[in-house]
Amino acid sequence: MTGLAIAANGLRKSYGDKVVLDGVDLSVPEGTIFSLLGPNGAGKTTVVKILSTLVTADAGDLRVGGHDLATDPQAVRAAIGVTGQFSAVDGLITGEENMLLMADLHHLSRREGRRVAAELLERFDLTEAARKPASTYSGGMKRRLDIAMTLVGSPRIIFLDEPTTGLDPRSRHTMWQIIRELVAGGVTVFLTTQYLEEADELAHRIAVLHDGGIAAEGTADELKRIVPGGHVRLRFTDPAGYRSAADALREAARDDEALALQIPSGGSQRELRSILDWLDSEGVEADELTVHTPDLDDVFFALTGGAAVPHQPTEAAR
Amino acid sequence: MSTLALAVRDSSTMLRRNLLHARRYPSLTLNLLLTPVMLLLLFVYIFGDVMSAGMGGADRSAYIAYLVPGVLMMTIGSTTIGTAVSVSMDMTEGIIARFRTMAIHRGSVLVGHVVGSVLQSVASVVLVGAVGVAIGFRSTDATALEWLAAFGLLVLFALALTWIAVGMGLVSPNAEAASNNAMPLILLPLLSSAFVPVDGMPGWFRPIAEYQPFTPAIETLRGLLLGTEIGHNGWLAVAWCLGLAVLGYFWSAARFGRDPR
Repeated sequence: MTGLAIAANGLRKSYGDKVVLDGVDLSVPEGTIFSLLGPNGAGKTTVVKILSTLVTADAGDLRVGGHDLATDPQAVRAAIGVTGQFSAVDGLITGEENMLLMADLHHLSRREGRRVAAELLERFDLTEAARKPASTYSGGMKRRLDIAMTLVGSPRIIFLDEPTTGLDPRSRHTMWQIIRELVAGGVTVFLTTQYLEEADELAHRIAVLHDGGIAAEGTADELKRIVPGGHVRLRFTDPAGYRSAADALREAARDDEALALQIPSGGSQRELRSILDWLDSEGVEADELTVHTPDLDDVFFALTGGAAVPHQPTEAAR
Repeated sequence: MSTLALAVRDSSTMLRRNLLHARRYPSLTLNLLLTPVMLLLLFVYIFGDVMSAGMGGADRSAYIAYLVPGVLMMTIGSTTIGTAVSVSMDMTEGIIARFRTMAIHRGSVLVGHVVGSVLQSVASVVLVGAVGVAIGFRSTDATALEWLAAFGLLVLFALALTWIAVGMGLVSPNAEAASNNAMPLILLPLLSSAFVPVDGMPGWFRPIAEYQPFTPAIETLRGLLLGTEIGHNGWLAVAWCLGLAVLGYFWSAARFGRDPR
């Protein structure tokens, strides 16, 4: 084994004239969480569909779990588990029957199947609802059943395509906890998400998919270093106070309309303390002090050309 | 596990899933039984006197004997509409995508549908046949071998129409389209010898009625149960069944093998 759970080189896919993936390279080490980010329609789901053998790539050297996708898809399938964007449960039958169906398809013995099903239903807090048709489940329950079904075969590599989309905050945190537990057990997780916070929270490595290729790849911290923007913002209510502070702190960028000053800073404790000391020595008393660090949102918008998005919190009016 | 053992095991798992669906939601299957049963009762009790008079003055029981084999074949056609609908509905479910990413026998999803549907067809034929017997249908001097052959023919015919229906279900984007696409399966019996002999139809239409799949199958069933002349209809029926089954199989396999959208 190379130590890579997923390796893709030059992955290409078009639908008709529309080129969706134009040479995507990815490598995911075993036992890590890899998150693929990208705007809607960037082709995240297509990547998952291809790597999980659901659709075939037009070109590319693709290996999952050490097996070649083109020549041995069945071996890939034996190594992976997939939870797609739309729940892959059979709504007509009960949660328990869904689990037993998976156990049968993984060729577990009857007894083993019942044991595994009961265990996973318990673990995902579905025991009470096990005898109800899956179509009656709430969104969060369906998603948990979906993941539970994926885990029946103890896959070493799990693809999660937007696993928390549409979930309430509590269910989202439950899902994060589940994902962390999986990785603690040595499983590799390939995650797509539209929540940058989720990638920041979970992923060891993050790649941003844009315009058919990988725009940037690295740890969350590495990505954040790509974009500038860390600063401390001081806001004043009294114009006179603002003016005297602005005179005292010449390095600060001024925002006369908002009566605010911005001092460049990485946001560490040490930097913050030196700023505070400086403010004290200059006798500046701000009414409000906030620390802004570049977050993945900044990275995402910088890389995918969405800089004009209005809610961007760190946008500085100079 | 060998490929064959894998195929059998996964297909029987899929069959259990489909039978579970049918047992949980029997209304689709039962609704499809209404058409053949209603037509049976309509033609016997409302049009019965006219029909038997038109066929040479025989009494009503003779027309019942004539009608029931046709209605049994029609029952199969009607049941397989349900197959097309449930296959197309199933294909829109996320669970099918899950199956495609699992290391299971590729064709088991379809085989499960086909076997389940053939079993439902047989059950439907038994139910409609029971109605036929209740209103006076009796076979005349059919030997055990002929009963067996009749049963074999019904199963083979169900298998053929089911594979075609699976193909129709796979090419249909939704349940409504599947139900429309599968319409010929219930309309064709009306254009066969099910209700009136082909001899009584206009000359230009006779070849169509005579050689479409339903007529040879119905005539063969009549011969087996009632002792009428089978002639070349036996071979025609078997040839149609095998031809349709093979065609439906390859069509379905090719459609299912394509990348989903």
